[in-house]
Amino acid sequence: MESIRLEIDGKFVEAQEGMTILQAARGAGIDIPTLCHDERLAPYGACRLCTVEITKDNRTRLVASCVYLVEEGLVVETNSERVNKIRKMLLELLLPLAPTGPLESLARKYGLEGSRFTAEQTSCVLCGLCVRYCAEIKKANAIGFIGRGIDREVAFLPEVAPKVCASCRECFAICPGGKLASETDGVRFPISIWQSKQELR
Amino acid sequence: MARLSSSADLKKLRQEILSQRDPDRPCVTICSGTGCQCHRSEEVVDAFVHQIENLGLQGRVDLRCTGCHGFCERGPIVVIFPQQICYLGVDTKDVSEIVSQTLIENKLVKRLLYKDVETGQHVAYENEIPFYKNQKRIVFGSNQLIDPKRIDDYIALGGYFALDKALFEMGRDKVLQVVKDANLRGRGGGGFPAGIKWETTRNAPGEPKYVIVNADEGDPGAYMDRSLLEGNPHSVLEGLIIGAYAIGSHEGFIYVRQEYPLAVQNITIALEQAREYGLLGANILGSGFDFDVQIHRGAGAFVSGESSALMTAIEGRVAEPRPKYIRTAVSGIEGKPSTLNNVETWANVPLIINNGADWYRSIGTEGSKGTKIFSLVGKVNNTGLVEVPMGTTLREIIFDIGGGIPNGKKFKVVQTGGPSGGCIPESLLDMPVDFDKLTTVGSMMGSGGMVVMDEDTCMVDVARYFTDFLTQESCGKCVPCREGLRQMLNILKNICDGRGKEGDIELLEEISEVMKDASLCALGATAPNPVLSTIKYFRDEYEAHIQKKRCPAKVCRELITYYILPERCQACLICARNCPTGAITGGKHLIHVIDQEKCTKCGICFEVCPSRFNAVVKLSGEPVPPPVPKITKPILLVEDEVIFRESLRDWLTEGGYQVTTTGDGEEALKVIRGQEFDTIILDLKLPGKDGIEVLKEAKSQKPSLKAIIITAYPSPETATEAMKAGAIDYLIKPFNPEMLERVIAGVTEAKAEVTPETNER
Repeated sequence: MESIRLEIDGKFVEAQEGMTILQAARGAGIDIPTLCHDERLAPYGACRLCTVEITKDNRTRLVASCVYLVEEGLVVETNSERVNKIRKMLLELLLPLAPTGPLESLARKYGLEGSRFTAEQTSCVLCGLCVRYCAEIKKANAIGFIGRGIDREVAFLPEVAPKVCASCRECFAICPGGKLASETDGVRFPISIWQSKQELR
Repeated sequence: MARLSSSADLKKLRQEILSQRDPDRPCVTICSGTGCQCHRSEEVVDAFVHQIENLGLQGRVDLRCTGCHGFCERGPIVVIFPQQICYLGVDTKDVSEIVSQTLIENKLVKRLLYKDVETGQHVAYENEIPFYKNQKRIVFGSNQLIDPKRIDDYIALGGYFALDKALFEMGRDKVLQVVKDANLRGRGGGGFPAGIKWETTRNAPGEPKYVIVNADEGDPGAYMDRSLLEGNPHSVLEGLIIGAYAIGSHEGFIYVRQEYPLAVQNITIALEQAREYGLLGANILGSGFDFDVQIHRGAGAFVSGESSALMTAIEGRVAEPRPKYIRTAVSGIEGKPSTLNNVETWANVPLIINNGADWYRSIGTEGSKGTKIFSLVGKVNNTGLVEVPMGTTLREIIFDIGGGIPNGKKFKVVQTGGPSGGCIPESLLDMPVDFDKLTTVGSMMGSGGMVVMDEDTCMVDVARYFTDFLTQESCGKCVPCREGLRQMLNILKNICDGRGKEGDIELLEEISEVMKDASLCALGATAPNPVLSTIKYFRDEYEAHIQKKRCPAKVCRELITYYILPERCQACLICARNCPTGAITGGKHLIHVIDQEKCTKCGICFEVCPSRFNAVVKLSGEPVPPPVPKITKPILLVEDEVIFRESLRDWLTEGGYQVTTTGDGEEALKVIRGQEFDTIILDLKLPGKDGIEVLKEAKSQKPSLKAIIITAYPSPETATEAMKAGAIDYLIKPFNPEMLERVIAGVTEAKAEVTPETNER
C-alpha cells in the first residue's frame, strides 16, 4: 500500500491508498457528519451529508467524501460555506421525516431551528443502514427497500423476517430514526402492515 | 445462409444479393414501425399482399415492410420505389386503388399525397415534402430502404462494409483514431466524446471489457432510439462490433426496454442473422476477432437509463445509480471496464468509418459534429422523428420541418432534453441547437426529445408535471434528489393550487442549487432544470400565481373560474345539458349562468360551447361578475278561461319567460299601449272584443309584435283570417307545453340562430 499525502482543511494528512476522504479525515481527527455511513459496511453515498469541496488541478468540485478515494495532492475543504449550505438544506429536508433523535442535534449544530418543509413523519431517513447491515453483515436479507422515488420505504420481507428477525434485532441499534424498534414488538414484525400497503398500491 | 469467413465472402454475398434485385422493378415499402403499426399498417401490408396476388403481379412488384420513416403524424406511410411516390395516411381500402392506379397505370392517387397547407399543391415525391426536404437523414434515412428483419437488405446497402474496413484495412488503433478525430459525442444526453470513452476502456486494466448499447429510452415523448433499433438494428450492431473491436471487448450487451417489443424482436432477429453469417461470434469474417452480444431487457424504470444504474441492472440488481468518481469506462459491469453508448451513437459509427472523420466533421457545429435525431412532439403540426445537422435552429426544426403550431395558436416554449431538460422560450428560437448551446440556456440535449408547447400552456404547471414525473422515477436513494423533489413538488402544487407564498420561488431555487451540487447521479443533478428554466424565462407567471392568484395561461384549475359571457350566450342549453354537476342554470331564452358553488371546473362547458358563440370563458385572478338580471322578452297572454290561463302562465314562467296575463281583449290593448311586448298569445274567443279584432288593433299599434293564436274551435276560415291579420302561428287546444315552446322558439331571433347541433342533442 502506498502512502498518499493530501490536505484537509489546511492540514496535511497522510492516508493509505484506497482510503476514502472520510476515512482519512476522521483518521486525522477531522469530523465530517454522516447519516448513512458505517465503517463495517460498504460505502453507500446516499445521505450526501459528507459532501466536501475538493480541489485538484485547479478545478474545484463537490464530492461525497464517503465514496471518494484519496488522491495525492488533493486539497479538501470539509467545512466551507458552500458545504455547510448543502448540509443545512439536506438536514432541513430530512428533519420533517424524523424530527427527533440524532437528526435534531445535527440540525441544531448547523443552525437550524426547525424546517420550512412538511412531510409525513416516518422516523426513517432511508439511510439504508438496516438494509445493508442485514445483507452485508448478517447475510440474512430480511429487510429491504420497496418502492421508488418519494415512495421509497424500508420493509421487512415477509418470506424471511419471521424466521430470522426475532432472534437478531441488531438493526434496531443502528437505526438513526428509531423506526425499527418502534414498528415491532421485537417478537413479531408488522408484516400485515406491509402487506396491506402492498395491496393499496 | 453460408457463413462468411473472409472479406471476399462478404463482397461476394453483396454482389449476389444485388444481382437478384432489379432497381427498376416497382417496390412498395410500407412503414411498419410502432407508430404506423398503431395506425394498422400491418393490415395495409396484408391488403397489398392480397391485391398483388389477386392481380397476378407477384414477381413483378416487390413489397417491403420497413422501419419508421419518421413522419409519424401522417402514418401509415407507403412509398413506392423507384420514383419514391409517397402516400400518407394509407388505409386498407386505398390499397386496390394504389395498385391499379400507380403500379399498373403509373398514375398518382392524388388524395393520398401530401398537400401543402399554404399553396394547396400536392407533392408526389417524398424528398419534396417539406418535412423531409429540410432534413439531413444520414443515420435515419436508411430505415425506409430496408426490412429490418432481413440482413440482406442491410448488406445490399453496403452494410457491414464498415466492419470489414475496420477489421481488414484499418486495424484497432486507426478505428479509434478516426472516431476520436470525428469528435463523435454521445447521443444519450451528456455528449461525452465517444472516442475518449472507448480509449479509456481500452487502456483501463481488467478483463473482460464490456461494450453496451443503451436502449433504455424513457423520456416522455421521445422515441428515436426505439425507431432506430426497430428500423435499422444492424446499423447499431455494426457500430457496436466496430467499437468492441477498437476497444478490445469480446462481450457486449444491448439493454433495451421491455416496453419496446418490436425493437426487442427486431434486434433479436438481427443478432441471429448476424451470427449465422459469421458477422458476430467467434472469428468474425475470418479476422480472428471474437465478439458476441446478449440482450438485456429492462424492467421499466426511467433511472435505468443512467449508465451506472443500467450496469447495476445488468448485474442482476435493482437499477440504482452508484457514485461514478471512477468512471464506468474504467469500472463498470462487475467493476470491469465498460463502454456504454446510446443507440444513436453506435449507429453513427459505421458512417464515420465508411466516410472518414473529415466528412463527419464537415457536418455540424464547432463543438458538436454530425447530425442529431429529434423526436418532435407536442403542439406541432408534423409530429415525428427529425434528423438535422447539429446547429440547425429551433425555428427551422419546429416551423420549417415541424410545420408550426396547430390551430393557429402561438408558439410558447419548446422543452428539450426529456424530463430533466429545460424550457426554451420564443426569444431563443433562432438559437442553433447543439450540445453546448442547449446547456448554456439552461436545458440540455438529452436523448433528443423536443416537446413543443403553445400559448395555452402554463409554465408552472409544466414544471409541476415534470417534477411529478421525476418524483416517481427517481430511484429514491440519495437525499437531495428524493427529498428535494418531494418538497419542490409540494411547493409547485401549492403554487398551482393558489396556496403559493412569498418566498416560494427563492426556496425552489435554494433547493435546486443543493440538488445540482449534491445529488448522487445526473438524474438528481438535472432534475431541477424544468423548475429553474421556467423560473428563468417565466418568473412573471410564477409571480402571478403567487401574488395575484392568477394563472395567466388559464390552466391551473384552482385558479380559474368558468364564466358565461351574457352578451355572447345564445341560450342554446348545450352547456347546461352537458354539465355533469348541474351547475348551469337558464332556459331557452334565458342567458345561462354557472353556479360557482356547484362548478367542479371540469371545463366541459368551455369545450362544448359552439365556436361561433364562444360564450364560455375562463377567468383567472379576477372576480366572477354577478349574474345579470334575467333579460327575457316579455309575453302577453290573453285567455279568458282562468284554469287554462294559469296553467299556461306557469308553463311559460318555468320556461324562463316573463309573462303578463289578462282575460279581456280591451284590457289587453290597454296593456300593450303602456308596455313593450315581444309576443302575444291570444285566444280567439274572448268576451267583448274577439281575438281577431284585438289582433288587428294590436298589430296596428305595434307592428313588430309577434302573435300566436290559440283556439279550441278551429276552422280554416278563422285560421286564414288570423294569418292575414298578421299571426305567426295558430295552435289548436289542447296542446302541450313543448308544442307552445316550439312555436315561440320559431318566432324568436335567438332560436332562429340556434344550430342543427343543438337540435341533435
